[in-house]
Amino acid sequence: MPPDAPPLLEVAEVAAGYRRLQVLWGVDLNIHERESVVLLGPNGAGKTTLLKAIMRLVDIWAGRVAFAGEDITRLRTDQRVRRGIVYMSEASGFPGLSIEENILIGAQFLSWESARKRIDELYAIFPALAERRRAAAGSLSGGQRKMLGIAKALAGNPRLLVMDEPSSGLSPRFVKEVIGALAQFRQQRLALLIAEQNVKFLALADRVYTLDNGRIGFSGPVSAMQQNDVLRRAYFGLH
Amino acid sequence: MSPDDAPLLAVDGLVKRFGGFRALDVLSFNMRAGEILGLVGPNGSGKTTCINVISGLYRPDGGAICFEGRSIGRFAAHRLVHAGINRTFQVPRPFLTLTVRENVEIARAYGRNRNGAADVGALLSSLDLAAHAEQPASALNSAHQKMLDLARALATGPRLLLIDELAAGLNPAELERVAGKLKELARSGIALLVVEHLMGFIDQITDRIIVMNAGKEIFEGRLADAARNPQVVEVFLGDENAA
Repeated sequence: MPPDAPPLLEVAEVAAGYRRLQVLWGVDLNIHERESVVLLGPNGAGKTTLLKAIMRLVDIWAGRVAFAGEDITRLRTDQRVRRGIVYMSEASGFPGLSIEENILIGAQFLSWESARKRIDELYAIFPALAERRRAAAGSLSGGQRKMLGIAKALAGNPRLLVMDEPSSGLSPRFVKEVIGALAQFRQQRLALLIAEQNVKFLALADRVYTLDNGRIGFSGPVSAMQQNDVLRRAYFGLH
Repeated sequence: MSPDDAPLLAVDGLVKRFGGFRALDVLSFNMRAGEILGLVGPNGSGKTTCINVISGLYRPDGGAICFEGRSIGRFAAHRLVHAGINRTFQVPRPFLTLTVRENVEIARAYGRNRNGAADVGALLSSLDLAAHAEQPASALNSAHQKMLDLARALATGPRLLLIDELAAGLNPAELERVAGKLKELARSGIALLVVEHLMGFIDQITDRIIVMNAGKEIFEGRLADAARNPQVVEVFLGDENAA
């Protein structure tokens, strides 16, 4: 991709928070077509708030968000989803509906045939969900529900998938499978913004941003981060 | 076996069914006081169900659970807390409108802590919650909510603590602190059953793990040996070259 291509997602000088508590202080972040960006930062740094601001699940106090060249700062969440930005939160899914019904909700903006084809693709990646497709989502274990959240998010064929802690609660084998699946979908045209603590996800990352106290600290390629002693100690400690 | 070697917890042939699904399928293991035992396995293999049965949230459909020599398989959760068993949850549910301190004080009062008045202030400090003591629990981020859940369980003075995915979502620096805290608890004599997916964390805190699959134990021993066991690699760890 030419470096001067306009970004798919452009976050400029964004401030956001809850009531009187300001969490984000002028955040800038860009993601290009098919690019994968990992957002790192300690708990409480504002990672979830930034993802929610991009989806407008929290109000943006100041700044601008653009997607595919269009200013979407004032668009509602559902309008953003229709434009191709899908959000996977730490907890998602409707417990009373079946696994398949949950995935179909994720595919609601596709034609019936495309949705069917997509679901079959997803079942091939997530056989544990295929086996129990008629079971209520509420009967799944915590980790399996997480798998369902990932399948549901991918079902809508998004251009940008925004994921909050996709690995938490997943077995090591499944983390590897999810990373493999996301890499596959990137071949199609998927861009990723992932807030993660699991450094295995850096295998997917073209670039990394670190967020600290609501401000972007470091941004750049993973290799540059690994060469920085302070960042390496803070983010690669135990693994 | 000398009395000192008698297990704190003995789980023998435990079975739990949900309709036709056997979530626990004849599971047996023992734990000693002061031991940290890792319980790991694929998603949906029965780890949380095991904690739910031992902590009295679910009644077992078969098998026996003995704690300090007493059969406790039919005890309700509150009686188990009074007997010295408590747990944390994957998704903590504190009283959101109460302060952090009040949440822990309720647990201490309710738990009838036999070790006398647990010092709530010291407990909050040791879990990095002192700065948040007077805030409502709703103001805590997810990592701090997990620490509050741990504080509530500890305030009841457990001798067996069941921990369900405490480390998920913590960064490496936070993991180091929590690992240190759990080892300190074990040194004080508390037995810890730890369900976790982060193998670096499990490696740091445990001497012994049990790997579950489909409600059964498929491996018991050291993590380093589990990593060489073909079945454990197949169902749980995954091939290093796969991703």
